Amino acid sequence: MTDQNLQPQSSIRWWHWAILAALVLAVLFVPIPTGASAPTERTFRIEASRFEYTPSILEVNPGDKVTIELVATDVVHGLSIDGYGLETTADPGKTARITFIADRQGSFRFHCTTTCGNLHPFMIGKLEVGRNPFLWRMIGLVGVALFAGAWKGRK
Amino acid sequence: MTRLQESLWVEDIATEAKDSRSSKNYYIASRVNLYQIPWLHAVLESRWPQFLARAVTLIGFVFTIATGLFGSQVGSHNFAIIMVWVAWWTTLKLGFIPLGGRSWCSICPIPLPGDWLQQGGILVKGERKFGINLRWPKSLRGSWLQSSGFLLIGLFSAVTLTDPHVTGWVLLALFALAIGMSLVFEHRAFCSYICPIGGFSGMYAKAAPVELRVVDKEICAKHGDKSCYQACPWGLYPLALKDSSACGLCMECLRVCPKDNLALNLRPYGSDLGKPKSSTRLDESWLALIMLGSALAFSAVFVGPWGWLKSSAFEIGSLAWMAYAAGFLALNMLFLPALFTLCVWSWKKLSQDRFPLKRLIANHAQGLLPLGLMAWIAFTISFALPKLNLVLVVLNDPFGWGWHLLNIANISKSLDVSGFSPYLQVALLLLGVFWSANVTRKLSRSDGKHNSLPNIPVLTFYLVYSVAMLWLLVG
Repeated sequence: MTDQNLQPQSSIRWWHWAILAALVLAVLFVPIPTGASAPTERTFRIEASRFEYTPSILEVNPGDKVTIELVATDVVHGLSIDGYGLETTADPGKTARITFIADRQGSFRFHCTTTCGNLHPFMIGKLEVGRNPFLWRMIGLVGVALFAGAWKGRK
Repeated sequence: MTRLQESLWVEDIATEAKDSRSSKNYYIASRVNLYQIPWLHAVLESRWPQFLARAVTLIGFVFTIATGLFGSQVGSHNFAIIMVWVAWWTTLKLGFIPLGGRSWCSICPIPLPGDWLQQGGILVKGERKFGINLRWPKSLRGSWLQSSGFLLIGLFSAVTLTDPHVTGWVLLALFALAIGMSLVFEHRAFCSYICPIGGFSGMYAKAAPVELRVVDKEICAKHGDKSCYQACPWGLYPLALKDSSACGLCMECLRVCPKDNLALNLRPYGSDLGKPKSSTRLDESWLALIMLGSALAFSAVFVGPWGWLKSSAFEIGSLAWMAYAAGFLALNMLFLPALFTLCVWSWKKLSQDRFPLKRLIANHAQGLLPLGLMAWIAFTISFALPKLNLVLVVLNDPFGWGWHLLNIANISKSLDVSGFSPYLQVALLLLGVFWSANVTRKLSRSDGKHNSLPNIPVLTFYLVYSVAMLWLLVG
């Protein structure tokens, strides 16, 4: 009696997991248009002052050859880009340059590397290389998690 | 009405006593009483281990104030800034709260001198006690003042978190306030009603896997002396504990119970959540919304790329700061509460529920806790982890005076956590949203609503919030 009652329930539970896995896989692997155009050369002049980069958000396409000219306007500032392993430092009034190929798609923070004052640890900018598929896929996963949580809580 | 009955946590004891046998069995099966582990029993039974831990934190606290007031004013080279806002904050958010709920309160140094004065002794109560022992005003009970305190810290956060002098003075002020309040009011009035950290630790303790509870309610109810209540520095009666938000895990009740009828339980995560409440108190709902709003605001200010926003938050008194303050307060006091109220109102309309809106808001606010806790942990990962190397820097040179106590070189390079932190943050937010949706669905079911449709507005609130956090942290 008990086994008979359990059989359909465990079967349903198996299908729940299968649907959930299918949704997760769909979100993770469904193709997202990159919106990429032909690689080009881009130069950004970034003015670094306490505790701000201007401009603070750089948008490039995957494959672009990017040159950043860092100009420190008050004290010594640095710039290090997460995920690219690039770093430079500019003395006040002087320009430091870094050139690289933006071959990693996504969103990367850059931050100051030289102590420049109270908010130095939070002096941050952002390099956006093409669209950010990671963000869109994770938003999709939030939807799946929401659905799964509500589904599980129904018992 | 006796003082015991007047306690906020004395609710529905009679209802609890009518627990069905199956739910009682489930309760017993899902708990592990840590107090029965012999070595842990010995550690908790004696007051010495806790006293030593609190003595260490007290010495560290006083030293932190000294370094804040007299050390280098460069935040990243000052012990106070790094140990409080990086080391302690990370440990609190990633360790104490998710693993032990309000466990930090059990070793917090801030109320310690006040406790000693109140009880007239250090380890045990003495003959001569200090203080006038007034009762905390009924109108000020709940977490309203704690929420306001947290908002106040948020308004000045860019300075408090980066200026050693300000951090030193804030810690000193909290210390003085705690001592002063213990001389005027009975029990832990500062911890229960003022301390912002106690406020959100207590709230998130409902989701934590640790609880202090009575083993056999009948034994407790029949015990005339109520020695646990007499000994509790928080003024709590363990039999009346409905959740873990108010208990500071000081373990005094375990030590004094002559019947050995108290347990320190390991329990499933979120055990206090998803149960319908009859209360219409909105203080905890507001605190839960403030914690959500603050996590958003701090993520934008501290890990976002907007320099103008950082400058606005930093330049206190300027027009830009006033605009920041207005935005911060509007987010926490108007926008999020209004949005959540709208979602719960929609739930009420869709489910044709008969209960007052206030009660439904208080109920559904339980669902905000897992998401809020995970959002704070996710924020802390990008806020504090890259700066953990600075802990060694300030241990090497606490005042920033050029000392080399540890004789370590090349420790100033920040940790690159960009390789794993986005994945960890996303995983935490996914867990938070899953858990919150689960709590919301459970609450609906416990109200007798089997239709999922009414939950959609509240779930949409979680979705919008999670997307905003994702965009700020990994976008």
